[in-house]
Amino acid sequence: MLYALSTCQWCHKTKVLLEELGIAFDYEYVDLLEGKEQDSAMDSVERWNPSGSFPTLVIDNKRAIVGFREQEIREALAA
Amino acid sequence: MNVPEITEMAIDAGYRTLKADAEKNGYRLNPDEEFVKNLIRGLLKNEQRYGYRACPCRLASGKKEEDLDIICPCDYRDADIEEHGTCYCALYVNEAIASGKQKVAPIPERRPPRSERGKYPAVKIVSTTAMPVFPLPVWRCRVCGYLCAREQPPGVCPICKASKERFERFV
Ligand code: SF4
Repeated sequence: MLYALSTCQWCHKTKVLLEELGIAFDYEYVDLLEGKEQDSAMDSVERWNPSGSFPTLVIDNKRAIVGFREQEIREALAA
Repeated sequence: MNVPEITEMAIDAGYRTLKADAEKNGYRLNPDEEFVKNLIRGLLKNEQRYGYRACPCRLASGKKEEDLDIICPCDYRDADIEEHGTCYCALYVNEAIASGKQKVAPIPERRPPRSERGKYPAVKIVSTTAMPVFPLPVWRCRVCGYLCAREQPPGVCPICKASKERFERFV
């Protein structure tokens, strides 16, 4: 699950990388949600990443990679 | 709701203004023009939906008083350029990155998390000796650090053009 912002370029790069890697993934543009939906998405982000920053990539509900850390994302998904 | 589209023309114009302003004030933009233009699209979009240019890489609350620290240029830009060579979004970068000598990379978030925002006064003056008494308050621009002693902060920061509400009482 990729939590992203529609205006953020590091988020954009992360999404493009996942697409390139041919990974099936869900994503949520948290800035496009409103009210309670946005709050609950933020609660999920903060569970994995207490700073609440974007992009936050949650892999298999097991671990999270915060930010466009290309090498780390590639390695985590190659495993 | 019908939202007017952000045109390429508006983005180009925004890019030229931002670049000229940055360079006039000693800042540099990321040399990746497409990346920068996408960020400008984000800034214009935020201006459209919130009424101010909230940082494209952070979630704005939509309440201006809560988002003052992340109106571009944000309060964290200078410290991040100093420490990491780039601002959080990689819109503004240092000379080495601007001239292509170094590559830009993502950096950690400096803004405090939601639960800790607004808890600490931004500037804590810890002093054991008595502070001298000044005849006027001293105001500090939170964007660039400019200080001035006057009854009220200026309407616009004469150095970085940040608006009056970005000033804090320093002394
Ligand atoms: S200076 Fe950079 S990090 Fe700060 S608001 Fe502007 S684009 Fe975002």
